[in-house]
Amino acid sequence: LKLISAAPIRWEERNVTAIKGPGGKWMIPPDAKESMDRSKIGLKGPLKTPIAAGHPSMNLLLRKTFDLYANVRPCVSIEGYKTPYTDVDLVTIRENTEGEYSGIEHVIVDGVVQSIKLITENASRRIAEYAFEYARNNQRSSVTAVHKANIMRMSDGLFLRKCREVAENYKDIKFTEMYLDTVCLNMVQDPTQFDVLVMPNLYGDILSDLCAGLIGGLGVTPSGNIGANGVAIFESVHGTAPDIAGLDLANPTALLLSAVMMLRHMGLHEYASRIQTACFDTIRDKKVLTKDLGGNSKCSEFTSEICHRVQDLA
Amino acid sequence: MQTVTLIPGDGIGPEISAAVVKIFESAKAPIRWEERNVTAIKGPGGKWMIPPDAKESMDRSKIGLKGPLKTPIAAGHPSMNLLLRKTFDLYANVRPCVSIEGYKTPYTDVDLVTIRENTEGEYSGIEHVIVDGVVQSIKLITENASRRIAEYAFEYARNNQRSSVTAVHKANIMRMSDGLFLRKCREVAENYKDIKFTEMYLDTVCLNMVQDPTQFDVLVMPNLYGDILSDLCAGLIGGLGVTPSGNIGANGVAIFESVHGTAPDIAGLDLANPTALLLSAVMMLRHMGLHEYASRIQTACFDTIRDKKVLTKDLGGNSKCSEFTSEICHRVQDLA
Repeated sequence: LKLISAAPIRWEERNVTAIKGPGGKWMIPPDAKESMDRSKIGLKGPLKTPIAAGHPSMNLLLRKTFDLYANVRPCVSIEGYKTPYTDVDLVTIRENTEGEYSGIEHVIVDGVVQSIKLITENASRRIAEYAFEYARNNQRSSVTAVHKANIMRMSDGLFLRKCREVAENYKDIKFTEMYLDTVCLNMVQDPTQFDVLVMPNLYGDILSDLCAGLIGGLGVTPSGNIGANGVAIFESVHGTAPDIAGLDLANPTALLLSAVMMLRHMGLHEYASRIQTACFDTIRDKKVLTKDLGGNSKCSEFTSEICHRVQDLA
Repeated sequence: MQTVTLIPGDGIGPEISAAVVKIFESAKAPIRWEERNVTAIKGPGGKWMIPPDAKESMDRSKIGLKGPLKTPIAAGHPSMNLLLRKTFDLYANVRPCVSIEGYKTPYTDVDLVTIRENTEGEYSGIEHVIVDGVVQSIKLITENASRRIAEYAFEYARNNQRSSVTAVHKANIMRMSDGLFLRKCREVAENYKDIKFTEMYLDTVCLNMVQDPTQFDVLVMPNLYGDILSDLCAGLIGGLGVTPSGNIGANGVAIFESVHGTAPDIAGLDLANPTALLLSAVMMLRHMGLHEYASRIQTACFDTIRDKKVLTKDLGGNSKCSEFTSEICHRVQDLA
């Protein structure tokens, strides 16, 4: 919050702990829903996973409430934060409502279980359209559909067909297709060959984490969830780190970069660039780094350093 | 002297198979090769099958070494790999991934093994159109297949002096199916207290794998996850051109194979790299208990790659397949 104080943003803080609505159905608090429906834009930190709390995961509830159908993760190598890769610059766009995560499972007979993967024309078309729009709006040159249609001919075949159809309306963007296993094989040998990748749910779960690993992990990876009706929620995807909570040791980079992604989504590119530059410069100079980045500074010190740079860059 | 069924395959298959045979000769390995073709034929009743003489040979020898097979397009018959898998119930796909000194990748100390359940899971091939525009694909997980692959993984770990087995899953999302798989792994782990057993979500494995692959040892998982992870790991050590692979079947059958393609563009031009097939043959020797021959041949191969004097094009050199092969043959003899 401190860092974006000069940006034209008014924060409305809300809690999303599940409550039971009329009829006994779990829902997010009405004031949280009302705020999001009005603002359309959200920035979210990590939520703890409830164990035996009786209600479903909050992330799932948010996803259903706002029909967050696209999970978008831009993965860009951070100069100064060393990984085996230096030039990663890709975006994974994951269909987040169906596929392998439909949650439909049955015991057929004792010792035999089936799990159902659902692929629909509508969801496939919608995610493909989002991917190509994103590519166009962010000056990306290609979109690659990631699939296993050689094995899952009908389901992944349907997904692929929709991608091909949508591609016809975006002749300015290069469209390619690649098997998921081939993507992984190639990704770890040369990630620079990839640009925007679009895929069904499970593949997206895997690939988005694989790519986060290439640039240094969940502590530095931004993420955005796009919903129907113009809602978009940006979030850090690391955990709540209860062991260091409240000790001024945390690294705010992932949430900050998600906020930068949010600014770009809102068209506030100049603010986005300035804040991102300040953040990357701080990391590159290695003088003030939180422990997970290899330094021994406090969260507040790291934050202040970025604040100074942001002001200097004005 | 032990008989091995050799299936050279298509494209570069014959030449890399010849290379392996030549290297084994130099090592004086006690292997008698029985060459067979596995192109599908239609049996009585119209069902596609592998040729009877190929099946007979494999049933007798129990051990096979196979080069790449071309994927038939509009040939009317299913993939040969699928046919082999069904014929011999090849339930476990095993890929040891070890960094090759001298063949540079972003990783230097990879030493892990992926063990993939290869008969069920997401690849059961059961799909339906529910209504127009809605398709379902069914993933099957059974107690038997899960137990069998888990048992193989722990046995493998014990026999190969590996210290841990990690079950890779998404049981937080697929509670029943992956939950069943996980439960079987836990049960089998109880009988292998000498091996450390851990569990990790597939996405976490991928996240961690690319940051530090040295934290992994033996990984066991259902079909799709194995498909992905085994290729990811092959990428860490340099790709399919240098990755060995073994398929374990019921009734003691085991077929070792290179997993790259047939490379039709360089077939017959003496340009192919036989490393993947050779390392698969080394894996085969270890499976057969012929460890001394295995080590000697592997050392000769790795030393050749490390010295960088005679390398095929894909490894960064400009030597012919035959030159690369001869170099390994000389080293194998010197190491005797």
